[in-house]
Amino acid sequence: MRELNTDLIAARVAALCQEANFGLPADVLTALAGAKEQEGSPTGRRILDELCANAGIAASERVPVCQDTGMVLAFVETGQDLHIVGGSLSEAINRGVAQGYRDGYLRKSVVVDPLHRVNTGDNTPAVIYYDIVPGDNFRIAIMPKGFGSENCTALGMLKPADGLAGVRQFVIAAVERAGANPCPPVVVGVGLGGTADKALLLAKRALLRPLGASNPDTDLAALESELKTAINALGIGPEGFGGQVTALAVQIEAFPTHIAGLPVAVNISCHALRHKTWVWNGEQD
Amino acid sequence: MDECRHIETPFSAEVARELQAGQRVLLTGAFYGARDQAHRRFAEVLAQGGELPVDLRGQLIYYVGPTPARPGHACGAAGPTTAGRMDAFTPQLLAYGVRGIIAKGDRSPGVIAAIRQYDAVYLAATGGAGALLSHCIKEARVAAFPDLGTEAVWRFIVEDFPATVAIDSWGRDLYQIGPAGYRSVQ
Ligand code: SF4
Repeated sequence: MRELNTDLIAARVAALCQEANFGLPADVLTALAGAKEQEGSPTGRRILDELCANAGIAASERVPVCQDTGMVLAFVETGQDLHIVGGSLSEAINRGVAQGYRDGYLRKSVVVDPLHRVNTGDNTPAVIYYDIVPGDNFRIAIMPKGFGSENCTALGMLKPADGLAGVRQFVIAAVERAGANPCPPVVVGVGLGGTADKALLLAKRALLRPLGASNPDTDLAALESELKTAINALGIGPEGFGGQVTALAVQIEAFPTHIAGLPVAVNISCHALRHKTWVWNGEQD
Repeated sequence: MDECRHIETPFSAEVARELQAGQRVLLTGAFYGARDQAHRRFAEVLAQGGELPVDLRGQLIYYVGPTPARPGHACGAAGPTTAGRMDAFTPQLLAYGVRGIIAKGDRSPGVIAAIRQYDAVYLAATGGAGALLSHCIKEARVAAFPDLGTEAVWRFIVEDFPATVAIDSWGRDLYQIGPAGYRSVQ
């Protein structure tokens, strides 16, 4: 049985936390450049210019794109034939987060408990999701999520009779309510179906899909593009100062649901959609 | 709307009254940083009739929690945080004499009314441009509440720090006016 040591995982997590924060992924940069072409508002275009320049400075100086370096989400896929050695995997991930946030001069934004609000000092714990998959590979995606956008999350337990029109209305209303707060232009993650918690997780995971790659289901792909047009017609624009580009993309993930329900969740990411993935398929270093 | 005005900070109520929603400004001078926890403490002190740890009368407050500075840098990434969370505290601080706020995102009707009443101004810096904005910060030091870490009260010296007048002293709100001009539904 193949073995993977948690020390290697911790070291990789530390690096992923830093790389994710220093600069924006190529697909986001492409989307921002496209937005500049599309944006009719001069103020909006100036802001899009600033955001592109900002990403360049962050990458070249290894300074975070945004001072809100987020709470870390870790999405782990581990092969069922892989043996993880060297102690607790969750502890190793958190060790990596602490090291990455310390060494990378990243902000520690996590408090020990929600009411007393004393900082943990090292940005741990991360929110970790595990999936057991066939094979013996290991994959981890690190996503630092800022709370300007996380606070705009919405969950609707719609009735089946609300149907497509209800879903449409719910998503558009959530983005309109969010307004300027999640630093538009945004990426809108939508989770459709499952249970309440599943819908929220789908919405979050939808943000990890490469921008511009629509859902393989043609109905959902059509809904994504329809929602994007409707959201951009709201006029919120870059930073909420008015303009034609409010959403860079709408990404929907769906799951079977119960005969009595139509859960829909909206999880928004700001343009600073940061994530970095490491895939291990056997090499030792 | 897009021409740009250079302003020295702090500035007077007269200057605040000249600023127009939508106008772009470049700030040079000093202002203070404070966010959630520092505001909570300000409110407690003011409620008891005490003195704030720094004199904020006539000053600007920037809602920010910077990342730690790398060695050799004056400040880490330092973009604005969402202003709405401070709405509950802002009217009280404007009444006390704060000249204006720098942050991002819209404000409550109560804050807009207080901005009009006290000849204040609300400036928006570009959210998510923390690396770019850090270039304009020449000096950053903790001015009070060091135990709050990034949430301490900061004093910044800035040069050509870019912002947009989001709510002017007449109560005109760019977050209303701007989107209305581009809305193409109903
Ligand atoms: S919403 Fe995103 S870009 Fe805006 S301040 Fe938060 S993390 Fe930064």
